[in-house]
Amino acid sequence: MISLLMRDLRLAVRAGGGFGLGLAFFLIVTVLVPLGVGPETGLLAKIAPGILWIGALLACLLSLDRIFALDWEDGSLDLLATAPLPMEGIVSIKALAHWLTTGLPLVIVAPGLGVLLSLPQGGYFWIVVSLLLGSPALSVIGTFGAALTVGLKRGGLLLSLLVLPLYVPTLVFGAEVARRGAEGFAVQTPLLMLAGISFGAVALLPFASAAVLRINLR
Amino acid sequence: MSIWEYANPVKFIKTTDRLMPYMAVGAVVCLVSGLIWGFFFTPDDYRQGSTVKIIYLHVPAALMAINAWLMMLVASLVWIVRRHHVSALAARAAAPIGAVMTIIALATGAIWGQPMWGTWWVWDPRLTSFLILFLFYLGYMALWEAIENDDTAADLTSILCLVGSVFAVLSRYAVLFWNQGLHQGASLSLDKEEHVHDVYSNPLYVCIAGFILLFIALVFLRTQTEIRARRARALIARERLA
Amino acid sequence: MMPDLGKYADAVLSSYAVSIVLIVALVALSIRRARKVKAYLAEIEERQKNV
Repeated sequence: MISLLMRDLRLAVRAGGGFGLGLAFFLIVTVLVPLGVGPETGLLAKIAPGILWIGALLACLLSLDRIFALDWEDGSLDLLATAPLPMEGIVSIKALAHWLTTGLPLVIVAPGLGVLLSLPQGGYFWIVVSLLLGSPALSVIGTFGAALTVGLKRGGLLLSLLVLPLYVPTLVFGAEVARRGAEGFAVQTPLLMLAGISFGAVALLPFASAAVLRINLR
Repeated sequence: MSIWEYANPVKFIKTTDRLMPYMAVGAVVCLVSGLIWGFFFTPDDYRQGSTVKIIYLHVPAALMAINAWLMMLVASLVWIVRRHHVSALAARAAAPIGAVMTIIALATGAIWGQPMWGTWWVWDPRLTSFLILFLFYLGYMALWEAIENDDTAADLTSILCLVGSVFAVLSRYAVLFWNQGLHQGASLSLDKEEHVHDVYSNPLYVCIAGFILLFIALVFLRTQTEIRARRARALIARERLA
Repeated sequence: MMPDLGKYADAVLSSYAVSIVLIVALVALSIRRARKVKAYLAEIEERQKNV
């Protein structure tokens, strides 16, 4: 399992793996928003947590189809399926690799981009915490979507259509934590809900993803 | 004699062929009479004026939008557990109906909201959840369309339906948490306090019955269509092999 | 015959119109597709019987 993880990480970091792509996309979104809504600091500060969350979510979405597509094309997914690893394990490792290469970097750069959006003082800590808690759920849910569309020729658009509605609860609670944190309110309730969704998704969705992958490899 | 006999496509088509005329006639009778009753013979509400008449379309459509998804969920479970093809095809047949019901509920709601709340759309929990439900329907139908192999498509969509149901419920609570709404509470509940008045609710029951019958008739019809389309595909495939 | 809908006539009538159009369209499309598929299947079955 660890060697599979290392292999996925190496493939992602190598050129063409799309490692930097998500980060660049995140940066572009946060640059485009002030250009669209105007440079007024008060307004930007108000919407900053939401923008950061949506940017992170879209950046995450961008790299989802790579989770299985490359392995599917060169046949290594079939090899993995016959390997002595349970399918659930493979799916979890894939999701973990996706999170380490996409989710974690997004969490790390988010405060920096918060400066661009003049995020209020108290918001930095909570945006990091909420993304740290929420992004594993984004990766796991995305892995499920990627497993659903793995064999399809033009799966990219369909993948977004399938995954985005599933992202709704995570987005709502995550952005709520960040917003309340930025405005100095109590964050406990949404934080607990976000953690619940995240842990629940990490614990249960790999079974669904594995079932879907088995069907697709049949 | 058990319900599983209807899992046989031929038997299903024969039985539904017999039942469908009753359902269709019942649906037309209930809808026409309920809507006419509601439209022509109910008084205006003292606060909402004549817009109260929209309820006869809005509430049944909203009910069916949710119940269609529930039916798809049950059908998907039956497919996963017992692998009856008719069940998977019935889920497929119900999805577009549910999507149309969702559009009706959203559209009539927007038209109703305009004079009452002064806006077409607010990000109210109920409205938002319906919009999200509509997205779920779109994704479900798109997945059916995208996959060529029938069994694979049935398997994948039924798992999507299960996972989607969990997330739809989560979304419902998430948006409830996210914003308190303008929308009134349940129109029909056992609690008399918030119940709409009998003058309005009696035609409403007729309309709801009409929508339910319409839904059943349409599901029968569309499931038959799916069964036939599938058989045609199988025959074509056999022809190519020969 | 027409009930007095007051100032909300537009809202009520348009919502009835939208809903009825959508329902009729759904029913019409379902029936049309049902007929088409039925005829198509009959045609294939006929052809295969002859072979």
